[in-house]
Amino acid sequence: MTMTDDPATHMDSASHMGRPRLRREDPELLTGEAQFIDDMSLHGEVWVGIVRSTEAHATILGVDGSAALEIDGVTEVLSGADLAPLWGEGALPCAWPVTDDMRNPAHLPVATSVAKYVGDAVAVVLADSRYAAADGAAAVSVDYDPLPAVVDVEAAVADGAPLVHEDLGTNESYTWPLIPNPEAVEEAFSNAAHVVSERYVQQRLIPAPMEPRGVIAAPGVASGELTLYSATQIPHILKVMTAVTLGIPEHKIRVVAPSVGGGFGCKLNVYAEEILCSALAMDRGVPVRWTESRSEAATATIQGRGQVQHIELAADDTGRVQAVRVKLLADMGAYLQLVTPGVPLLGGFLYHGCYDIAHYSFECTSVFTNKTPTDAYRGAGRPEATYAIERAMDSLAVAVGVTPEEIRSRNFIAADAFPYESCAGLIFDSGDYQAVLDKAVEMAGLEGVRATQAQRRADGSSRQIGIGFSSYVEMCGLAPSRVLASLNYGAGGWEAATVRVLPTAKVQVITGSTPHGQGHETSWSMIVADKLGIDPDDVEVLHSDTAISPTGLDTYGSRSLSVGGTAVFMATDKVLDKARLIAAHQLEANEDDLEYVDGAFQVKGTPTAAAPFAAIAFAAFTAHDLPDGMEPNLEAHVTYDPPNFTFPNGTHIAVVEVDTDTGDVGIVDYVAVDDCGNQVNPMIVEGQVHGGVLQGAAQALYEDAVYTEDGQIVTVNLGDYLVPSAAEAPVYRVASHVTPSPTNPMGVKGIGEAGTIAATPAVINAVVDALRPMGVTDMAMPASPQTVWRAINEAQGGAS
Amino acid sequence: MESITLAVNGTERNLEVEPRTLLVHALRDDLRLTGTNIGCDSSSCGACTVLVDGQSVKSCTMFAVQADGADVTTIEGVADSDGTMHPMQQAFHEHHALQCGYCTPGMVMAAISLVEEYPDLDDQGVRHGLEGNLCRCTGYQNIVNAVLAVAGSGSEGSES
Repeated sequence: MTMTDDPATHMDSASHMGRPRLRREDPELLTGEAQFIDDMSLHGEVWVGIVRSTEAHATILGVDGSAALEIDGVTEVLSGADLAPLWGEGALPCAWPVTDDMRNPAHLPVATSVAKYVGDAVAVVLADSRYAAADGAAAVSVDYDPLPAVVDVEAAVADGAPLVHEDLGTNESYTWPLIPNPEAVEEAFSNAAHVVSERYVQQRLIPAPMEPRGVIAAPGVASGELTLYSATQIPHILKVMTAVTLGIPEHKIRVVAPSVGGGFGCKLNVYAEEILCSALAMDRGVPVRWTESRSEAATATIQGRGQVQHIELAADDTGRVQAVRVKLLADMGAYLQLVTPGVPLLGGFLYHGCYDIAHYSFECTSVFTNKTPTDAYRGAGRPEATYAIERAMDSLAVAVGVTPEEIRSRNFIAADAFPYESCAGLIFDSGDYQAVLDKAVEMAGLEGVRATQAQRRADGSSRQIGIGFSSYVEMCGLAPSRVLASLNYGAGGWEAATVRVLPTAKVQVITGSTPHGQGHETSWSMIVADKLGIDPDDVEVLHSDTAISPTGLDTYGSRSLSVGGTAVFMATDKVLDKARLIAAHQLEANEDDLEYVDGAFQVKGTPTAAAPFAAIAFAAFTAHDLPDGMEPNLEAHVTYDPPNFTFPNGTHIAVVEVDTDTGDVGIVDYVAVDDCGNQVNPMIVEGQVHGGVLQGAAQALYEDAVYTEDGQIVTVNLGDYLVPSAAEAPVYRVASHVTPSPTNPMGVKGIGEAGTIAATPAVINAVVDALRPMGVTDMAMPASPQTVWRAINEAQGGAS
Repeated sequence: MESITLAVNGTERNLEVEPRTLLVHALRDDLRLTGTNIGCDSSSCGACTVLVDGQSVKSCTMFAVQADGADVTTIEGVADSDGTMHPMQQAFHEHHALQCGYCTPGMVMAAISLVEEYPDLDDQGVRHGLEGNLCRCTGYQNIVNAVLAVAGSGSEGSES
């Protein structure tokens, strides 16, 4: 195991926290014992096959299931109209109506009259096997009358554009401004010595967790109960939304997320298939299941990004930025999924990046197109914001005539400025951005790389070197509930935890945070074990089943440790508070005279008089001799609502080599220095950075959900959609710099999205840096060999 | 339906399958060996990798009838009978080479086969040898380290 060079934490008294610990989750995943959704099987289950629109926009004239019904094993073919009574007025939920006048068209699980994107469900086949369901879906004939489709987000707002939703009279869903002082912004631009004005395109991305989605809905015919198994990040939210959408009483619904094979935001949703299978199961009285194929996932699961960004910086003659102005066009796709409209807002507070900029203007217009809905994808709004400001800062550096690191240093929020109120109205918790950048520069050996770069340039080499910086800050720990209220989000941002001490002094932790690869079981057990002075292996962590963990708000937005972990931390404190009272009673001492050392309460200065944790646990269970009025058992529940976001930050440096003959780009070095606050398990932190960086670099170089002009998707499988393999992946050199967050008692911030946020602009800035002497000043994503070659050729005055 | 016989993880199994049944579906649905996962439908991701007569095969690229008479080893069959994990499984654990774990069984099977075939692997050899197996979580570095540890060729990694 290679570790960070500075896993420094400020938890010196702890015996587990802050040190790498191998994951308890691993053995069952390594041996095949883990149960993913498609591994499950219920007696009498019925398979669903879904007929999906092959048209981007079309009236559905008819659904002919006769050929499908000839197939052995196919039992029913149902059109959207056939199914409509199952959900009545219920439509798929959007929980984030960001403005009061936001347009949100009714979104049925299966379309009844008009298909609005390729992949839109238009009919359903029921069958007795996986193969029969697939055969049946392929055999259904749908008669379409094509309508004009609008695919490009800028074309969608042009006069005379075809309308995705005719009844709305417009393709605009909402406009959301954040302009605290418009006059000051105008003044800054009129007085600026340097103005940078850029347009960037955030291509759509397919999240592509390795496990596709899947659903099994099991009805209790006599009880009226529904058990919904789903490969989801959000069993708790899904339970509420299923109740609301289908009118099933919430207390009759249990949602279980089995082992979940990655999510990256795309399993943070309430999907048509979850509602469809639930409705059919309750109606037919049999388990109903569906497993997504990879090709289906390209259009049936949300996509990420999809924005056109206009960013302007107004700077003085030294390059100090006085104002940032952003206009955003955000592609919603055909419908609003669970948090679709909110994604641009999550970036909308962060377009000034980690810089001390006085004035801010952000306006987002979100529009419908005839494509798969977008929604949260790793970073959700913050990668887009970071990309824009970090690319623009490089352009400013060129305009001012200083290095990328110098322009950043001149503009960083100073280390002594925290807590810092940003121009967008956030209170940044802690950080030392200059120290982080300095560390990254040192690790990258910048001087030596620049010398190599200069030599290659002087030699006119066809292998040009580029160095790309990305300094980022993100808002994590979603979220203070009152802030969410001010943003019109439909729920709170708290998290719940229960710590239950069993009679034999083993401990159960119940968390409302729902892991799908992040290692919560290992990390949570470390937190509890350290506080109780016991072995982490004596702590079991339970989650992801609403019958076991009834209260929670699940996993997204790098919130698990800073919100969910804090709830666990605080619940353990409550357990200790009660244990202290029992110990004082047992020792006939004043509770204030007790200290907890190595798993036992002792009277200060009298270590011989001790009440070990095990004895307290058993005493709490027998209840034979507890203090007067005390309830038996030792268990505490905490719901923690964070007082603020947390603000992880860092600087990443990518070094690329560009083959100027072919346009091929290789990442030859990658340095990441991140400040995620204190670390519970540095091994897990480092793993999150690795994976995040590759996902961000993949947006820069490889991935693109490609649509034709008439709305056909080209990249439907992993042969066409280029998720990078080990052969493309760089070696990551990772370090950390710790400024504990004052927001929560552990001083933690979050690391799940940092790599993805930082890497995309670092890599593209590096590509542009490599080619700037050839006249290249911009680079579209993904920077494929063809795109890079064309950019070089155009800059050299050749044909594109 | 066709009758076939497979020796799966050392046990002879007789199956009735449709001629078009993929090996991965025979393993998962008929034999209930669900450790082998399915990640795509274009033989791109490698999540379904198993060993057929000792060679790594994406079990979605092969019909079950094509494996008639073969020895098939799945992830369920690589640990010792006492539960001790295979050295490759153990190395993945010790190097934090998995997160969500969905690609892991296929990745482990491909890695076992790779190391057996090329005992003198270096970093690039591992990376190219595993390029048919996709992982979305780890960024691959810890996977490469785990495989190199088993291959005995040293390691790579972060600074210091």
